Amino acid sequence: MSPDWRRLDRRAVPVAAIFMLGVAVVAGVPTAVGLADISVAVALGWVLPGAVVIVVAGTLAEWLRLRFSRYRIGPDRVELHTGMLIRNRRSLQRDRIRTVDVTANPLLRVFGLVSVRIGTGEHAEKGTVRLGPVTRATGDELRRTLLDRSAAAGAGGTLAVLDPAWIRYAPLSFVAPLLGFSAVGGLLNVADWFGLSGGLVEWTIDRLSGLGVLGGIAVLVVAALVTGAIGALGLWAERWWGYRLEREPGGTLRVRRGLLTTRSISVEEQRVRGVEVVEPLGNRLAGAARVDVVATGMATGVEQDKAQHSTLLPPAPGALARRVAADVVREPVAPTEAAHLSPHPVAARGRRLSWALGGVLAGELPLIVLGLLVTDVLLHLAWITATVAVPVAVALALDAYRSLGHGIHGEYLVARSGSVRRSTVALQRRGIIGWTVRQSLFQRRAGLITVRATTAAGSGAYAIRDVAAGAGIDVADAAVPGLLTPFLDQGRTTG
Amino acid sequence: MTGGAGPATASASGVRLRPPRHPVDRRAVGWWATNLVLLFAAPVVVLVVLGVLIAPARLWLLAPAAVIAAAGLVAVVALPRWWFRVHRWEVTDIAVYTRTGWFWQEWRVAPLSRIQTVDTRRGPVEQRFGLATVVVTTASAKGAVTMPGLDHARAEEVAEQLTEATQAVPGDAT
Repeated sequence: MSPDWRRLDRRAVPVAAIFMLGVAVVAGVPTAVGLADISVAVALGWVLPGAVVIVVAGTLAEWLRLRFSRYRIGPDRVELHTGMLIRNRRSLQRDRIRTVDVTANPLLRVFGLVSVRIGTGEHAEKGTVRLGPVTRATGDELRRTLLDRSAAAGAGGTLAVLDPAWIRYAPLSFVAPLLGFSAVGGLLNVADWFGLSGGLVEWTIDRLSGLGVLGGIAVLVVAALVTGAIGALGLWAERWWGYRLEREPGGTLRVRRGLLTTRSISVEEQRVRGVEVVEPLGNRLAGAARVDVVATGMATGVEQDKAQHSTLLPPAPGALARRVAADVVREPVAPTEAAHLSPHPVAARGRRLSWALGGVLAGELPLIVLGLLVTDVLLHLAWITATVAVPVAVALALDAYRSLGHGIHGEYLVARSGSVRRSTVALQRRGIIGWTVRQSLFQRRAGLITVRATTAAGSGAYAIRDVAAGAGIDVADAAVPGLLTPFLDQGRTTG
Repeated sequence: MTGGAGPATASASGVRLRPPRHPVDRRAVGWWATNLVLLFAAPVVVLVVLGVLIAPARLWLLAPAAVIAAAGLVAVVALPRWWFRVHRWEVTDIAVYTRTGWFWQEWRVAPLSRIQTVDTRRGPVEQRFGLATVVVTTASAKGAVTMPGLDHARAEEVAEQLTEATQAVPGDAT
C-alpha cells in the first residue's frame, strides 16, 4: 500500500444521515404518539423539528469527523489523526499489530463499505485503531497488508465450514429462555408506551381464563420459551451465517461470518496461546461443543461482542470441535482431549455439594420463613419446589466434581471445570507468565488450593480449581520448570 | 492458623510453598489500623451526631453506633496483627513472590522476565507512616502483584531493581 495520507470514505456522510434518520424515527414515533394525546399539532410541532435537528447535527458531525480524519500505512507504522478541536494522533507499530477485524453492518454493506479495527492487544484502547468506513476493497487490502508476515511458513486451508444443521444447538443455550422472557417484558413495555399494557394483560387473562391459574401460567411460560427459542435461532443465524474458519498462508486464523452484519476476524497464529473447548450444559447433553481461541491481543472487555470474537467454532458436534481444536494448535490430537486428567480429591465434591444445597436453602429460606409466619401454603410450596431443586442441585454438584481435572500434555497445561458451563482449556506452557495460588479457610481445612496460571491471552488467568495442595503445586512446578522451585519447601509438612 | 505455613498439604508429595522471605514493615500494623479506624469511624460519627440531634430516635441511632464501634474496635485490634503475619514478600533474580489475604490467602509469583510495569503507590495515610506499595503488572489482565506496607526507601529500591531487571529483557513479555 502507498505510504501517503489517505482519507476515510466520503460515503460515511450519507450513511450517517440514514442512520440518524432511523434514530429519529425510532425515538420520534413513540414520542409523537404520546404527545398526540394533547393534540396532533403539538406532537408534530415538537417532534418534526427535533428530528430535523438530530439528523442535521448527526450528519454534520460525521462530515466534520471525516474532514479531519486521515490515516497512513507507513512502512513501519500505522498512523491515524482525528479530531477538530482536540487533535488526536495515534500510531501503531506495524510489527506489533496482531489482529485486523473487518465488520460491515447492513447499512454499510448497502454502500459497499466496511469498518476496520486494527489491534495490537496492548493498552486496551490506546493499542487499537479503528478505521471506518472504508471501501470493502480497501478493508481487504488493509487486512492482507498488515497481517502479511511472509516469513511465517505454512500452507493455508479451510478448517471448518458452516453446516446449517448446527442450528439445532442454538435453542439449547441459556440465551433462549432469556430472550423469551425479555420479549414478554419488551412487549409489555411497548404496550405501555401506547397506554395499552392494562388492556393487553386483561386480554391475555380473558383468553386463558378457561385453563385455571396453573394452566394459564404454563401456557405463558411455554409461549415465552418458544418465542425465546425462535429468537435464539434468529440470533444464531445473524451471528453465524456464512461461517468459515480458514488458515491463511501468512499464518493467520480467520473467521468469517454474519448474515446482516458481516464480520471477518483474523488472529495471528503467533498470538495463539491455547484453545478452550466450552460445553454449556444444554449443548453437552446434545453432544455439542464450542471452540474458543486463547490468544493475546483479542478485543477486550471495554469493547463489544467479546465472547464472539474469540469463538472459532460455534456449538457443533463434539468430534468436529475436537478436530478443530487440534487443527488450531497444529497438533494431531487436541490437547484438551489427549491429556490424561487427574481427578481432584473427594473434598472438592463435598464443597460442591454444600454450595449446591446452600444455594437451594438460600432460595427456600424466604418461603419457609414467610410460611411459618403467614400461611402454610408457602410451606407446601417450599417442600414441593425442594423435591425438584435438591436432586437437580445434587446432580449438578456431582457433575461439576466429575468435570474437575488437570494434567500436562506435551507443551500444554490442561484444566477442566464447571458443570453448567464446562470448559476444558489447554494453555501453552510457554504462555504462562506467573502463578496465583489461592486458599480460603475452608479450602485450608480440606487441604485444597486453587491454582491459577496467569497469561497474557484470553481471560488473563486459567484455574485448576480445588486441587489437592501438594498436587497443585507439583503440576504448576512441572508446567513451568524453575519458576516456583525456589519458593518450595520440599520437606514433609507439619500442618 | 495463618502463621508461617504454605498451603496445608494433603498429598504424598509433601511439596508446598514456603512463605516469602521478608515480612512487611512493622509500621504497616499502624497503617492498617488507621485505615480501619477511619473506615469504622465514618458511620459511627454520622450515627452519633444524628443521635444527639434527633432526640426521639436516639436509641435507634446510638445502639447501632455502639455495635459498629465495638466491631470496629475488635477489627482494629485483631486484623492488622493478623495481616502482618500473613503479608510477606520476596524479590529474587528470577521472580517476585508475595503472600497476601486473610480469609483467602493468596500466593503470587511473577517472573521478572514477564514484568511490564513497576509502580510505587503512596496513599495519604501510607505517607504519614512512611510506607509505600509496590505494584508490579505483567501482560496478564489478572497477574498484577502488589506488595503493600513496604518502607518508603525500601520500596523505591525494590522498584528500581525491578525496573532495571525488566529493561534487560527484550520483547513484549507476552
